[in-house]
Amino acid sequence: MIESPHYTPEHEIFRANVRRFIERECLPNRKAWQDACAPPHSFWEDAGKAGLLCPKVGPDYGGAGGDLYHCMIIIEEQTRACFNELAFYLHSDIIAPYIELYGTEQQRRRYLPKMVTGQYTAAIAMTEPSGGSDLQAMRTRAVRQGDHYLLTGQKTFISNAQTADFILVAAKTDPEGGARGVSLLILDVASAEGFALGRNLRKIGCKAQDTSELFFDNVRIPAENLLGGVEGRGFYQLMQRLPEERLIMAMSAVVNMEAATDEAIAYAKDRRTFGKRLIDHQSARFTLAECKTAATVARAYLERCIDLFVENKFDAEAGAMAKWWTTEKCCEVIDHALQLFGGYGYMKDTPIARRWMDARLGRIAGGTNEIMKDLIGRTL
Amino acid sequence: MSKPASPERWPATGLPYREEHELLRATARRFFENECLPHRDAWDEAGMAPRAVWRRAGDLGLLCPRIPEEHGGAGGDFLHTIALIEEQTKSGVVGPMLSLHSDIVAPYVLHYGSEAQKQRALPRMISGEWIGAVAMTEPSGGSDLRAMTTHARREGDAYVVSGSKTFISNGANADLIVLAAQTDVGISLFLVETEKLDGFARGAPLEKVGQWSGDTSELFFDNARIPADALLGEAEGRGFQQLSDRLVEERLLTGVVAVAAMEQAIADTVAYTRDRKAFGKAVLDFQNTRFRLAEARTEAIVCRSFMERCVATFMAGRLDAVEAAMLKWWSTEQQNKIIDTCLQLHGGYGYMLEYPIARAWLDGRIAKIYGGANEIMKEIIGRAL
Repeated sequence: MIESPHYTPEHEIFRANVRRFIERECLPNRKAWQDACAPPHSFWEDAGKAGLLCPKVGPDYGGAGGDLYHCMIIIEEQTRACFNELAFYLHSDIIAPYIELYGTEQQRRRYLPKMVTGQYTAAIAMTEPSGGSDLQAMRTRAVRQGDHYLLTGQKTFISNAQTADFILVAAKTDPEGGARGVSLLILDVASAEGFALGRNLRKIGCKAQDTSELFFDNVRIPAENLLGGVEGRGFYQLMQRLPEERLIMAMSAVVNMEAATDEAIAYAKDRRTFGKRLIDHQSARFTLAECKTAATVARAYLERCIDLFVENKFDAEAGAMAKWWTTEKCCEVIDHALQLFGGYGYMKDTPIARRWMDARLGRIAGGTNEIMKDLIGRTL
Repeated sequence: MSKPASPERWPATGLPYREEHELLRATARRFFENECLPHRDAWDEAGMAPRAVWRRAGDLGLLCPRIPEEHGGAGGDFLHTIALIEEQTKSGVVGPMLSLHSDIVAPYVLHYGSEAQKQRALPRMISGEWIGAVAMTEPSGGSDLRAMTTHARREGDAYVVSGSKTFISNGANADLIVLAAQTDVGISLFLVETEKLDGFARGAPLEKVGQWSGDTSELFFDNARIPADALLGEAEGRGFQQLSDRLVEERLLTGVVAVAAMEQAIADTVAYTRDRKAFGKAVLDFQNTRFRLAEARTEAIVCRSFMERCVATFMAGRLDAVEAAMLKWWSTEQQNKIIDTCLQLHGGYGYMLEYPIARAWLDGRIAKIYGGANEIMKEIIGRAL
């Protein structure tokens, strides 16, 4: 799974670093974080010290000026250790780029260096209880009053919010404006009166990752915290980021299905039933051949997607395709793999069971797969 | 980071086509649409395309595009081959089965033939004077080559061949047959010229589920004497290796056909459902239609990505048997699944032979069987795990 021709020696040093961090800092704490339904804030600072956060952020703002492959390497190493339950990429490759691409110079200087060190942790709040993928229906309002906004509303399913220092909140600044009425605001948690963190929700998988409800009751947000300083850009900003976000989800899904396939193959060569190895039964062998093929096809497709992304030819439709197809196949392959493990596959602390529970989220997060098909269907 | 410009739409191909490929593609398209398609029903009825159309294809440069210039060919590359296959597949023309002749039979001569064999066979195959076939499968066993019973016994300066073959495409017209037969030291291949060959007989073209204009025949050999220099390669017993070595490319070709077939089916279905009204709106405006087509379009793009990577690996000389097997089963499975979905979206018209989707459904079914059944592909992959 680490055969990509794009990796440089510098990437490999980064990889060794990531691997060490996950082994030493994450795996021993998995159980504690799962029990707490969140990692402590110090986890992010440790990750920052190890150089794992925001590798893509430019040197002007404290980052390493890396590329998509740094993100890929973190995903690969997480998957290898079966530690996909914390989304490093949410902090580094989804939230940080909003600040870097769309923020004012002052916002970049204020937030990015601290995101790189882990001093600041971040969340992004789009989804509302009344509507998930349907952004235009959002109800959260931000009303301008002099030199600040008053934010009122509610969000849910927000990852990383429990420890977040700031939250990028999508809200309507012009309720009549449709897509042009949405803006992104940076809510500094420490100074946000009227902001309440709701329950840390319990989930099927991704247990070490916190997922929360958020409540805003006339929270005062300084006008200078409007992302980019111009109202009404939020929908456009969100839409423009989606292809890359969905590509990252596809990367994760492909690497995960490769790992599940390899684990199932290893198990089937070891496990004996009815006097022979599991892999010597034709049905098991065919299932594994199918999984291996799916993973190989998916990898070729992913590499094509990455090439197109690098050439700036990866549009909204391409992102939707990559996201739905890889997450769907990932769940299919993992389910087949779990079946081959038999009863062991149903035990919660086995890697395959963990993958099965964690991967299910992929078909929902980042826009449900039905939304992806709707989007593709409109382009036909 | 600077703000990205709006991305372009997903490009049709990632392969490095040049102008010469596009010119050949355009010629092929005109040939299939203007000179073949109008006759399809008649050729279906006859169970084969007439010999004259092979000569015409030869005149247009549509046969054996990859044979080097020193043997009278155009010296093209695999992209020329893809251009021809895609155009034929998209046109819906099955017979004449040019790719079998050009991409499966001719390479045996080119790769394993003696200089004399090449000089004799290749120019005739390029011009369309000779039509080629490969005879491997026997009534008693398909993908299991080692169980073959047709045998060739050396007698002086000749081999005496007895046995029968079946499911032989181009068999009814073939002038040159690459024949697999048992010899003393294992399977050997022979270049059999059928003209005036005593002891050789062809059965009536077999009636098939689809691919009606592509003739498929039984062949019978009853003490047929072929000259000793018809042996392909330097010694007897090389046949199994020769056949196996060619399979990678043959399975790659199957993947190329499969992708073209599914893309055409999707294009036909988008057009049909856009025109067709039901319950006061276009069928395409129903969410189910859009979702099924969105899935099909994604799966076709996934398939093309994998196929094109296999092509690139093949052109670099590195495509292996396992990856070729993966492409073969995966692409043909997807082809059949997508075409079936597309037929469903046509409703009753999809069941009518006048619609291309009905033909595609019938013609496509064989893809999961030929070139090694898909189950054989899974064995190949499974054993390599």
